[in-house]
Order: sequence, then structure tokens, then C-alpha cells
Amino acid sequence: MNKIESLKDLNSLKERSTELIFPHRTKILIGMASCGLASGAGEVFQTIAEEIKERKLDIALVRTGCIGFCQREPLVDIMKPGWPKISYCEMNSKKATEAIHQLLQEKIKREWILAKVVEEECLLEGTTRLYPLNGLPKKMEEIPSYKDISFYKKQVKIAMRNCGFIDPENIDEYIARGGYSALGKVLTQYDSEQVIGEITKSGLRGRGGGGFLTGRKWRYCQSAQGYPKYVICNADEGDPGAYMDRSILEGDPHSVLEGMLIGAYAIGSNEGYIYIRAEYPLAVKILKKAIKQAEDYGFLGKNIFNSGFDFTVQINRGGGAFVCGESTALMASIEGKVGEPRAKHIHTIESGLWGKPTNLNNVETWANVPLIIAKGADWYAKIGTKESKGTKVFSLVGKIENTGLVEVPMGITLKEIIYDIGGGVPEGKKFKAVQTGGPSGGCIPEELINLPVDFEELTRAGSMMGSGGMIVMDEDTCMVDVAKYFLSFLQDESCGKCTSCREGIKRMLQILTRITQGKGKDGDIELLEELSQVVAETSLCALGQTAPNPVLSTLRYFRDEYEAHIKDKKCPAKVCKDLITYSIDEEACRGCLVCKKLCPQEAITGERKQPHRINQDKCIKCGICLENCKFGAIRVE
Amino acid sequence: MDLKVVDKIVDRYKRKESALISILQDIQAEYNYLPKEALLHTRKRLNIPLTKIIRVATFYNIFTLKPRGRHLINVCMGTACHVKGAGRILEKLERDVGIRTGETTADLKFSLEIIRCLGCCSLAPVVRIDNDIYGKVKQDRVQEILKRYE
Repeated sequence: MNKIESLKDLNSLKERSTELIFPHRTKILIGMASCGLASGAGEVFQTIAEEIKERKLDIALVRTGCIGFCQREPLVDIMKPGWPKISYCEMNSKKATEAIHQLLQEKIKREWILAKVVEEECLLEGTTRLYPLNGLPKKMEEIPSYKDISFYKKQVKIAMRNCGFIDPENIDEYIARGGYSALGKVLTQYDSEQVIGEITKSGLRGRGGGGFLTGRKWRYCQSAQGYPKYVICNADEGDPGAYMDRSILEGDPHSVLEGMLIGAYAIGSNEGYIYIRAEYPLAVKILKKAIKQAEDYGFLGKNIFNSGFDFTVQINRGGGAFVCGESTALMASIEGKVGEPRAKHIHTIESGLWGKPTNLNNVETWANVPLIIAKGADWYAKIGTKESKGTKVFSLVGKIENTGLVEVPMGITLKEIIYDIGGGVPEGKKFKAVQTGGPSGGCIPEELINLPVDFEELTRAGSMMGSGGMIVMDEDTCMVDVAKYFLSFLQDESCGKCTSCREGIKRMLQILTRITQGKGKDGDIELLEELSQVVAETSLCALGQTAPNPVLSTLRYFRDEYEAHIKDKKCPAKVCKDLITYSIDEEACRGCLVCKKLCPQEAITGERKQPHRINQDKCIKCGICLENCKFGAIRVE
Repeated sequence: MDLKVVDKIVDRYKRKESALISILQDIQAEYNYLPKEALLHTRKRLNIPLTKIIRVATFYNIFTLKPRGRHLINVCMGTACHVKGAGRILEKLERDVGIRTGETTADLKFSLEIIRCLGCCSLAPVVRIDNDIYGKVKQDRVQEILKRYE
């Protein structure tokens, strides 16, 4: 492989690679990130590959990342010359075979198609590329365009610009969409000051949770004394409920590498680390391959773009400790130690990894960088709100119709995200709250649904941006149980260094557990509030300082639910097992025996076509009868 | 136990103490857990106190000092999975496999553990067995899934 030594080299490679993403023959793309694979994309890929082989078809079949609409996966995109790009959704092996048969007859299965794409936006150049259309099947006209379907309409893809469009394991496809041109530009035309100036001016803030101004962080690190300096990519996406970093690494690893390279050049660092969760094996694999390919082209290594700048990147796998997402703990972990945070009287930008100046940014932040350089700070700063610029990727999950990853401009309202993009709460249930910010965040209730989403507004509402998890909860979600869930998580993940965090969270969890068991007593809420204050004020790192947030925010907006548990010994959402009983509505019961057969405790009695009954002494409230009753005869009270 | 395997792993990281976590990860990938002999040998090769190794091995969730079963069942306990009923799936698995969370069956067939989170939140609740991820799992599917593993 020839090294790329100049922008000219890069441009000619880009020209040659265009054929890869806009081929002159039919190309099929399958979304095969972890989420796609979990939905069965692997089998679909296998089936189509076999069809192609058996029939000796002239079709290119490639894997791609996740385009965000995880709900409808597996997604299969067909690009046939003369057609728009069409996306088949919810595919399986059988449907895939049929879709291929249709394709060979120049036909489509309209009802399986999610959307079409008539023009592809090349964000980096600010141009669009039309699919040259001719001889379209009539049915194709009725297919909504990708930009017109509600899930995508309000989205703006910056960090996830390539996910689901390119083969993440082929660097040439990244280059074909303008990849590494920002790095080339920086290394050949910019000095360090200009890069930092541009990033500062863009207003980009850290996407990992802190929201610190990225440009300012780079500036401090650049002016810090000491050498070597390190840059680190925090890919320890610990927030349970957020997965955009996984998706970016699995779908577009080079955007992160390019961002790190630009940052390293600006700061004056020649060594980088990517600290990635061990729970993401596919992301590790794809990232390793990406690093190898970038090395082969000379984007990593010595004298990059003939500029005299050297940079290498190393991957460190995490050990499954949430606290290692905290900067000092993460750095300790890279050094091979246990991940305990330290006091930050001296910041990591002055004394971080191995006691040297270290700049840490998260995956999504790094992925934004190349685009800001390519399009300019002014372009970026136009998107978003006054204090929060650009876009943010949210993982819209939980009790929501359209689950997936959505990238939206800052300032969009919760309502737009949940209803316009997310399609609201399924099964006609009532929306109750949305949880943002992970274990450090809080629950935002329905009355604040018009809240514009940015760093400041979420904090003001008692929650936080965090890494972008957005878990929608409906009337069947118990807010006391949610608070208990987060504390149980934090209790497991507290490193144990600070007594207040180690013991305080434990005591709070004990109180919450008692409340959910119907053993709550007067004064419990006040005690929780008092403990919250102590834990928040006397813990060293953000894990402890923010640990009470899930409790405080649910107390702030759902105090009545706590009171119902404590005073009435009732769980209004009917979740807390000790406070509910299952019974059968004898009028609705048809005596179909389904629940009786499924009940693990043999707690259900009754003959065929006779109303069934539940023996309360045997019932363990597993809910399997409720999940499987077709007649809605199971009552929970 | 063939300690040459451990030697190879330690040498791969140039016997650097800073690579301890990676070394332990590779040892665990080899044996499915961290065997005592392997840790004692690592101590010798890295020339560090055993307490240092044990401290790391017990701090990080992914490590285990007890043998794991041939198949590792991970029930995702992320927030989305939690609100979508992962707790019930976990209890169902405990009943069907006949062990508590964190335990291994006597025949070393299954180990049952929780994980937070697999990042497949859109498919909640999610269960991973070895490298296979199952999404939108319902209690009545658990038996059928378990049968796939020998």
C-alpha cells in the first residue's frame, strides 16, 4: 500500500475510491453493528452472500454500521444503478431471499421498505450527489424519502455522518467521503494556534458528560509544561442506556482517529490511547483494523503528510468498571492499576497519565472534530443554542415507539425528540418521565416536556446531559424503583475510596429497598435528603458527587409516589413486588390454560374453559401470566 | 497447567507491569478464569507482589478467580433493560438454570452473571450467551434459548 504523503495523494485516492461508495454495479449494504447483529443481521448477510455466490451475481455485498434506527433492524440497503437507494427493514433470511429475487426482476417489495434516498449528502464538501434515476418501478415513487420520515426528519448527522453509509472496515470508503482531508489540511496549512482557535470558536463542548469547552481544554494542555503529552479517547461508555460511542466506533472508527490526530497535533502530543470497554468486543476488533489501515497509509506513524508530525495510537481494554469513565481513574487503569479516582487539585491536563500533561475527550467529541475543521467553526457554531453548539447523539430507548440513536441539534425540545422522532409511548400508555444523564442524571417529568435540550437546561431541570442516554418511562415505570435501580448500580460501581460514597450510597439503597418492600416509615424521605447532601458534598469524584441525583430528581417531581409507598404501602405503577398481587378476572378469563402451563410455581388452578385462579401463597409475581394472557384477564393490584 | 501459555502472554506485553490488566484479560481469555497457578507465575515473571495482582483481579468486574461454566450467560441490566423487565428475565434464568446470579452450575455448563450494559438498548431486554446476543427476550423464550447450548 502506498503511503499518503500529500493532499494530492489523498485526493487521487479519494477519486479512485468514489467507485466504492457509488458503484457502477449493484451494491447491498447490511447494518452489522452489535445492534444489527443482535437482531439477526448476521444470518441475513449469510443468506444474501450465498444467493450471490450460487447465482454468480455481479453484486457487491458489504457490511456497514448502524444508521440509528435500531428498532427496524436488520436493515438492508440496495443501491442499484438507475434506482434511488432503498432501505429494506426488519429483514430475515426468508425476506432477504425474496428481496433478492425481486431485485433480479427489477422489482421491489414495497411493504418491506422503510425509505429511499434520492440524493446523498456529502457533508464535508457541502454538496449533494443525486442518484441518477431511470426506468423506476412505479411502486418506488410512493416510498417516502429518508428525509421525510418522521424518525429522520429533525435529525442532523454530524458525529454519525458516516454510520450506516460506509464499510467501517474499509478506510478507502471513509476517504471517499472526504475522510482524512481535515487532517491533511491541518498538517499542511494550520499551526497549532489556528487549530485550537477554530475548535474554541466552534463552541464544541465535551460530549462525555462534563460539557467542558474542548478548545479551552486543548489550550490548557498545549500550554502545560512537560513532555511527552498524551491524548486519550474515552471509549469507556459506562452509562447504562447510552451506546452512541459504540455505534460510532463500530460504524466510523476513522472519524475518531482523525479527530485524535488533529487534537494531538494541536496540543503537541505524539502518543494516544483509546480506553475502550471490554463489553464492546466488536468495536475493539473494528478499531484495531482501522488503526492498522491508518498506519498502512501513513496517517499514523512517523512524518504524517510529510509534515514532521508523528503520532501512534494504542488500545487499552477496560475491565468493566464504571468508575473508570472518570478521567483520573481511567488514567490509573491505563497504567495497569485499579481504577480509583484521585483528587484533582492538579488537573490531568497538567499531570495526567504517567504524571504528564494529558488531554482526554470522549468518542463523540473526537468524531466532531474533523468536520469542524473541514467546514469551519462558524458553520458549526450556527447549529445549536447560545451556550451549547452543534448536535448531540441521544440513545432514545425504553418505553418508546421508535428506539434508536438520534442525532439532533442542541436546543430541540424533549417533546420533539420523544413524540416527533420517537413516535411517543407504545401501546397507548401514558408518558411519565424521561431519564437523562445516566446514573448521574435525573428524571424529567411530563410537565417539562417542552424543555429545550442543552447542557444548561437539563442541569437546571435537576438532570444532566451526561453521555446522552434518554430512557423513556411510561405509567408502568415506578420512580422509586428507578431510583433504587440507579443506587444499586452505583453501590456496585463505587470504588470504595471515599467513605461517604461507599457507605452513604449503601445506606440510601437500604432505605429505598425498605420503601419498595412496604416497610418505609415517616422520616425516610428526609433521611434520604440528608444523606444525599452528605454524599454529594464529601465525595471525591463525580460518581459520588452526582450519585444522589436520581433520588433527588425523583423526589423533586414524584414525591407522591414515594409517599404512596411509605404511607399507603402501594406502588402506583404496580412494579414493586411486595406491594402488588396478581389475580384473574374470572369474567375475562376464557380458561385457555396458557397461564396455567407457563406458571413456574403451579400457582394457577382451573380446568379448560373454566375461569382460572391464582393461589397467592404460591405466586412469586414473575408476571409470566400477565405477559402471555391474550384476553387481558390478569389483574395486578 | 502449562505455564508456557502464561509466559507467552507476559512476553507479549514485554513483561511490563503497566500491562497487568491486559495480561490478566489474556489469561482469562485462555482459561475462562484466572487460575491461581497462572497468577503466581505472573507474579514471578513481572516481579511484583501478589497482592497487587489480586487487587486488580478483584477490582474489575470482568475478572473471576473461580472457574466459569462453558457458557457464560450475561443478562444486561442497563437502564433500558431494567425498565423493560430484565429483572424478571434474570429471575427466570435463575430458576431455569437452577443457580443464583454470580454462580456456576455444578457440571460447569453455565455461569450466570449480570452486565451493565451491552449497548443494545434498543433491543431491551437483552441477554448475551457467549458471543450470541438475544434481543427483546421474553420469559417464555428463555427455555428455547437455553436449549441451544450443550
